[in-house]
Amino acid sequence: MTDVVSVLDPHTSHTKREDSILLREVSLRTPGESHVDMCIQCGTCGGSCPSGSAMDHTPRAIFAMLRAGMRDDVLNSNTPWMCVSCYFCTVRCPQNIHITDVMYTLKNMSLEARKPTMPVASPPPTAWGLKNSSIDPKKYNPTAADFSKTFIWMVENFGRSFEIGLAGVHNVRHFITRLPNMTPMAIGMLTKKGMSPLPPKRIKGMDQLGKILQRAKELESS
Amino acid sequence: MSDYIFYPGCSMESSAKAYYESVMAVCKPLGIGLKEIEDWNCCGATEYLSLDITPAYALIARNLALAEEQANGNKTIIAPCSACYLNLAKADHYMHDDKAFGNKINEALAAGGMHYTPGKLAVRHLLDVIINEVGLDKVKENVVKPLAGLRIAPYLGCMLPRPDYGKRYSDTEHPDELDRLLSALGAEVIDFPLKTHCCGGHMTQIGPDTAFEMIHRLISSADALNTDVIVTVCPMCQMNLDAFQGQMNNHFKTNFKIPVLFFTQLMGIAFGEKAESLGFGSEFVSAAEAISRVRVQAPKPAEDAPVAKKKTPGLPMPPLRTKTDHTQEAGR
Repeated sequence: MTDVVSVLDPHTSHTKREDSILLREVSLRTPGESHVDMCIQCGTCGGSCPSGSAMDHTPRAIFAMLRAGMRDDVLNSNTPWMCVSCYFCTVRCPQNIHITDVMYTLKNMSLEARKPTMPVASPPPTAWGLKNSSIDPKKYNPTAADFSKTFIWMVENFGRSFEIGLAGVHNVRHFITRLPNMTPMAIGMLTKKGMSPLPPKRIKGMDQLGKILQRAKELESS
Repeated sequence: MSDYIFYPGCSMESSAKAYYESVMAVCKPLGIGLKEIEDWNCCGATEYLSLDITPAYALIARNLALAEEQANGNKTIIAPCSACYLNLAKADHYMHDDKAFGNKINEALAAGGMHYTPGKLAVRHLLDVIINEVGLDKVKENVVKPLAGLRIAPYLGCMLPRPDYGKRYSDTEHPDELDRLLSALGAEVIDFPLKTHCCGGHMTQIGPDTAFEMIHRLISSADALNTDVIVTVCPMCQMNLDAFQGQMNNHFKTNFKIPVLFFTQLMGIAFGEKAESLGFGSEFVSAAEAISRVRVQAPKPAEDAPVAKKKTPGLPMPPLRTKTDHTQEAGR
């Protein structure tokens, strides 16, 4: 991050520098030009959001919080995890901010802040061990992150997604009380849709894919 | 016959076999040749991007690299799943738009001896290819059984019309491509106001209440418009609106029963294909009755396992009339 710091005015106050670092970090980690620093606080994003009622903060608030350098508050918010990737905000934003892509970046950062005990893309434990951080493990949506992790754990093992296995593992882990209600659907998946309860066949290039992903992870953290 | 590179995506082999079968059945008469990418992998849906951006794009880009290797002169990838379509298009777009990012993804691909040239291939959804390449005249030529009398709500969901990097759709919020296609099949097309609203995506697995709310908006709106069938272009949308319709009904104490089909299934019916070969009968809410309106007999889905009825205490009473019963009666 030294390059980020060096572009900042050395005469600005510490707080201001911290603010800019957060905004710049989000911008640098989002592919393309996200325009994340261009928000004019019009609120079109929140007003367009179909899942906004389930969010701790509207997307507009998130952009204000990013600008204010409220790192922990942003990374504790469930807002990115409640984003359904519908892109309504993205196409409506008058400042052309790639809001959905920024939400992906914030999810990445939120997980990274909780990382020490959490290898990415492996079946996750239920509790997060955290040190020296005000990131609150309970204050965001672990169900969402867990769903992504289980999904990708399967993709990294088979090269394909495994819908029935994913739904099974995830619901047993997070929605045990919902299982009676889910059962007719699970049976329907087999009888109506003719889905196989077995894992998919591994792709041939599994080794190759593994090497590509390994290198990508190194590049991500470098 | 023009050939296209084909990326089916994982759902087509498991939960959306009906889509796969019907895509194959309609592409042939339209002269669309599909060459499946050999050894393709999952696109990561919206899940990998949430965890780790660089590996997520590398996962997608392996498919683009394979497609480029196997292109054999073809320049277009067809993806019938909206999420796969957007992921492939997004990776191509950002690798092209942001050179440093493109180089980073190619560096990862190089670890597996692969490379993708950003911008080399066009990523398109089947609907776009049918409308803009094949053309509606060719579609009309193939219609032997017009869908007259079938009221259809065209439903596109989010990821097809938005963000639309290739500018292929008439509007990001209210495009008319699917409407025009269904009209060409002779159907009565509803101007569905929620046609690009969200089906809830993966929220059924994360925040079910939020998901049910979103599914309810779509289904109740379609119901108020006297919809016989909702037509989708995406396996995720079809799954949420169809397979979760029952759980949504339980949640809101409603009793909606609107069949949800893939657009290619109805194209197949209009083209005179047998319903059995188009994946009918694999839906949760049976489409057999709706399809009988166009004098086609479609197989019904397997019966649900019988649920033991709860004994209600007290005197036998007629069931409560719900609000839905009224609107349905008034509408019909």
